[in-house]
Amino acid sequence: MKPAAFEMVRPADAPEAGRALAAGDGAVKVMAGGQSLGPMLNLRLARPERLLDITALPGLSDCRETASHVEIGAAVTHARIEDGDCPEPIAGMLRHVAGGIAYRAVRNRGTIGGSLCHADPAADWVTALTALGAGVVATDGTGATREIPMPAFMLGAYRTALRPDEIVTAIRIPRHSPAARWGYHKICRKVGEFADAIGAFVADPETRICRAVFGSTGGAPLLLPDLAAHAARTGSPAGLTTVKTALEHSGLSLSAVKIHQLAVAHRRAVEEALADV
Amino acid sequence: MGVIVQYTSFVVHPFRTLRFLHECAGRAGRLRRRKVNVSTGIGERVQRKEDRRLLNGQARFVGDIRLPRQWEAAFVRSPVAHGRIRAVRKPAGAEARVFTAADLADVRPIRAQSSLPSYNASDQYPLAKDKVRFVGECVAICIAPTRAEAEDLAERVELEIDALPAVVDALKARQPDSALLHEEWGSNLFLTTFFDGDIDSLRKTAPVVIEREYSTARQCMNPMEGKGTLAHWDEKAGQLVVYTSTQVPHLIRTGISEFLGLDQGQVRVIAPDVGGGFGYKCVLQPEELSVSWVARRAGRPIRWTEDRREHLVAGANTRQHHYRLTAFADTRGRLLGIDAEITVDVGAYSVWPFTACLEAAQAGGNLPGPYDFGIYRCRTYSVATNKPAFTPYRGVARPGVCFAMELTIDAIARAVGREPSEVRKENLVPAAKMPYTNVTKKFYDSGDYPESVAQAEKAIDLKGFRARQAAARAEGRYLGIGFSTFTEQSAHGTKVFAAWGLPLVPGYDQAMVKITPSGSVEVRSGNHSFGQGLETTLAQVASEWLSVDVSRIGVVMGDTGVTPYSTGAYASRGMVMSGGAVSKAAEVLAGRVRRHAAHLLQCRAEDVRLAEGKAWHGAAHVTFEDIARAWYLRPDQLPDDVETAGLEVTEGYKPDIDTGVFTYATHAAVVEVDPDTGRVAIEDYFIFEDCGRRVNPLILEGQAYGGAAQGIGTALFEEVLYDANGQPLTSTLADYILPGPAELPAFRLGHAETLSPYTRHGIKGVGEGAAIAPGGAIVNAVNDALSPFGVELNSLPATPERVLGAILKAQAAREAAE
Ligand SMILES: Cc1cc2nc3c(=O)[nH]c(=O)nc-3n(C[C@H](O)[C@H](O)[C@H](O)COP(=O)(O)OP(=O)(O)OC[C@H]3O[C@@H](n4cnc5c(N)ncnc54)[C@H](O)[C@@H]3O)c2cc1C
Repeated sequence: MKPAAFEMVRPADAPEAGRALAAGDGAVKVMAGGQSLGPMLNLRLARPERLLDITALPGLSDCRETASHVEIGAAVTHARIEDGDCPEPIAGMLRHVAGGIAYRAVRNRGTIGGSLCHADPAADWVTALTALGAGVVATDGTGATREIPMPAFMLGAYRTALRPDEIVTAIRIPRHSPAARWGYHKICRKVGEFADAIGAFVADPETRICRAVFGSTGGAPLLLPDLAAHAARTGSPAGLTTVKTALEHSGLSLSAVKIHQLAVAHRRAVEEALADV
Repeated sequence: MGVIVQYTSFVVHPFRTLRFLHECAGRAGRLRRRKVNVSTGIGERVQRKEDRRLLNGQARFVGDIRLPRQWEAAFVRSPVAHGRIRAVRKPAGAEARVFTAADLADVRPIRAQSSLPSYNASDQYPLAKDKVRFVGECVAICIAPTRAEAEDLAERVELEIDALPAVVDALKARQPDSALLHEEWGSNLFLTTFFDGDIDSLRKTAPVVIEREYSTARQCMNPMEGKGTLAHWDEKAGQLVVYTSTQVPHLIRTGISEFLGLDQGQVRVIAPDVGGGFGYKCVLQPEELSVSWVARRAGRPIRWTEDRREHLVAGANTRQHHYRLTAFADTRGRLLGIDAEITVDVGAYSVWPFTACLEAAQAGGNLPGPYDFGIYRCRTYSVATNKPAFTPYRGVARPGVCFAMELTIDAIARAVGREPSEVRKENLVPAAKMPYTNVTKKFYDSGDYPESVAQAEKAIDLKGFRARQAAARAEGRYLGIGFSTFTEQSAHGTKVFAAWGLPLVPGYDQAMVKITPSGSVEVRSGNHSFGQGLETTLAQVASEWLSVDVSRIGVVMGDTGVTPYSTGAYASRGMVMSGGAVSKAAEVLAGRVRRHAAHLLQCRAEDVRLAEGKAWHGAAHVTFEDIARAWYLRPDQLPDDVETAGLEVTEGYKPDIDTGVFTYATHAAVVEVDPDTGRVAIEDYFIFEDCGRRVNPLILEGQAYGGAAQGIGTALFEEVLYDANGQPLTSTLADYILPGPAELPAFRLGHAETLSPYTRHGIKGVGEGAAIAPGGAIVNAVNDALSPFGVELNSLPATPERVLGAILKAQAAREAAE
């Protein structure tokens, strides 16, 4: 389990990385924490000729706060978020999610941007950040940036909307009001394992925004606005049968066990969020 | 303070010495350590000698060794489960660095013979020759200065294989229309065995009849260190020197010499530090042969290190059983008889030397376990499938039979409406019947099996639990309790192994004990320590006789060049066999020490007492160093007719009986099942164990924790999955789930010490034990918890998927009925 030979370089800035990517025509890949790419290299499932280490790019390891948003650099590690090194767009949620990813050694290296770009359906950030209404900031070879809303960013399992000359430079998460509520429930085989089912729920009474997201569905996280509205309106989750029926009609091919676990994860996330309302 | 204990003082009636040292692990340790003169002999909680280097990263594994001019090897492995090899093409320009079956033409295939009737032997070429029979089977070996380069080379080797239908399901493989792995057999059966009993009469008369199918998953042992072999030809010694990660260095030496066609004198096997074995490393590995052969041919040291993916694919070789079982009982749940059919999914080949038969032979023989009943019929089928070759894993067959039997006991209890642990106690062999010969002619030497259940009931508070369970149910929480009892035949002797028809029968062990010129002690044993603490416990046995502190007792193991022959470490035999040999050698040596000391102290040898590393006559003493210096350096201080045998003794040991000594235990688990997610949480776990004399309670507790952790892996997590083409679906640790610290309970332990009347110091083997029972205890607890749902789980592991699946199915069935 040793990777095929590759070169490793550090581009000077994001546009240079974007140009190198585009010029590489598939033979060049970005490496952030290496916690997903590393195993792929070792298994020789990925065999790029050149890797671009982006962890030292200017700004990629910064966290910033504006009046309306929290901005997290793409190369910020799960561990830093877990440790409270980043501002929270909603009380405590990012720390909670980060702390439930893998174990500390992986969190020390793995990055939020890497996790989104890898687009593993069972991963945590894709679901959590969809629930938070985050946008992904991509920068291309010319230095132009655009913000892609989460639902449009992850297209399916391991597929994103990034163009060949784009890298992700930051994640922008709208700040929620102090009255906002969240719940995040991950069902997994053991501590730090990838999820079998995730329920994420966010509701902000001030902005009247609410989202219910189902993660680990085999594809991009599934948003079911009706269920979110029901929970926000009634203060409790929809009945299990209703949720299961909604999942059955989602168009995804899910086993009975998976549907049940997703429905339970949703119920628990909503209950957690609205526990003391 | 070291006391010399006469061996005979241990041969007493077992029940008089039955001591229930009911204790929590840590407490006893603290109390004992306060003694003034600390003995390091038998029974002491001595800290492990080997841990300093292991914990400080200073151990030396095969992967740490670097010899001049050493190269690394990578294997080309079969990508298909079953196929006929048309061609193996070496990459152009690299022909001299790639070797195939054609190159290894002078290597004999691994063939494990068995004297059992109906046995079919298989030929396993270290590099597949005409056919490949499992995904991961070695087809070629490539060498290069680094592993990465060797893998580059391996990638360029072209295989042309005509795929054949894969045989993935052992039950289907028994059907006449199945594809065949070894065509010349005309079937896929390595072996069938029978026990015959008059079951048909029971079928008509027994008031309670329980019929079940049970299955256990295929597993992968996952020692922290995988396999690894480094070989080179030592021209001066005229020897092939093989460093290899093994439990059985002397056996591997024999195997390499036989299959490579070398004289034993031309082979030296050295097992350096070994990072776990569990049985995975007790058989000759095809890789050991290939690496050895290539090292000779290439004229340079060659190393291969198994990586985790190789391990999870080509090492997925254990535990998979299927049972069809009918139990007959009376209206109180008293067992009358068992009728069973056991199918073992053996994989493609019969391993050397333990063969493909050991598992099924043990399963058939051990299914009745600790129970007292009269009629037994059992057929076992050892079936060839397109999977890696079955290898015995900690507990050998018993985790399967214990699971089947313990679930059956609970099913009977439910059928007669009684508390399962009551039914269990009534069915176990009672102490009054010891020693007891069971229905498969196993000779249970000593113990009080029902008492172990009673102790577990008390420790886990069965009565209080039932009240708690009822209260929790009222709140919609589902708690369950489960028990599981087993006997473990340990240190089987000659007759047992001979009866299994093995090509190689262990019987006894030798050990050497020596006093060095500075008065320290050296112990040499051909057994090996790979985590089980033998380095410490063998030193304790020597310390028991010689009174020298274990810090001054060096233990040398693992190197066939410097240790007496031993068949090695497996079957919980180390402490009984090698411990016995060290004990005998140390006893003889202690006699010699006393005689030399008597001369120096001017007294009679009978009046010399050994304590604290000194020889005493009354208040006068000489140190071991004085004695050793006199012997080695100043013979002028010794009499003219000095005993010239010296301060070095090699002795051998064989227990008084050949049939093994039986450790036993009861495990009790309390679980909470989340019926919404299928998750099983272990709330409490208690183990009551009797392994005879506890040489080192600290190590014993460690063995219990480790074994139970592996058993919990079996119970809840571990499962190798294949698709219909025999492709493994669990080739990384993201898919093959091992329990981690967070998934394990804080185990609580209790002990009895019923000394075996038939072994030195009353020791019984215990290394494997705790891995046996968790499957039974936990799934019984899960079934207890889920009884309101009408769910009964009968297969391992109890994953959330299985548990929730069963609940949903039961619900759907209920709804359909309504
Ligand atoms: C044992 C283990 C357990 C894990 N458990 C979990 C878990 O429970 N939950 C979970 O969510 N994750 C889990 N992970 C995955 C982990 O979170 C990784 O950190 C994450 O998936 C990838 O982040 P990375 O920085 O390591 O990215 P890398 O591995 O470096 O890259 C991943 C992919 O993204 C691309 N990429 C990375 N950064 C950028 C960028 N800025 N722009 C464009 N492309 C980019 C790379 O080219 C590559 O294709 C686990 C990983 C391991 C090894």
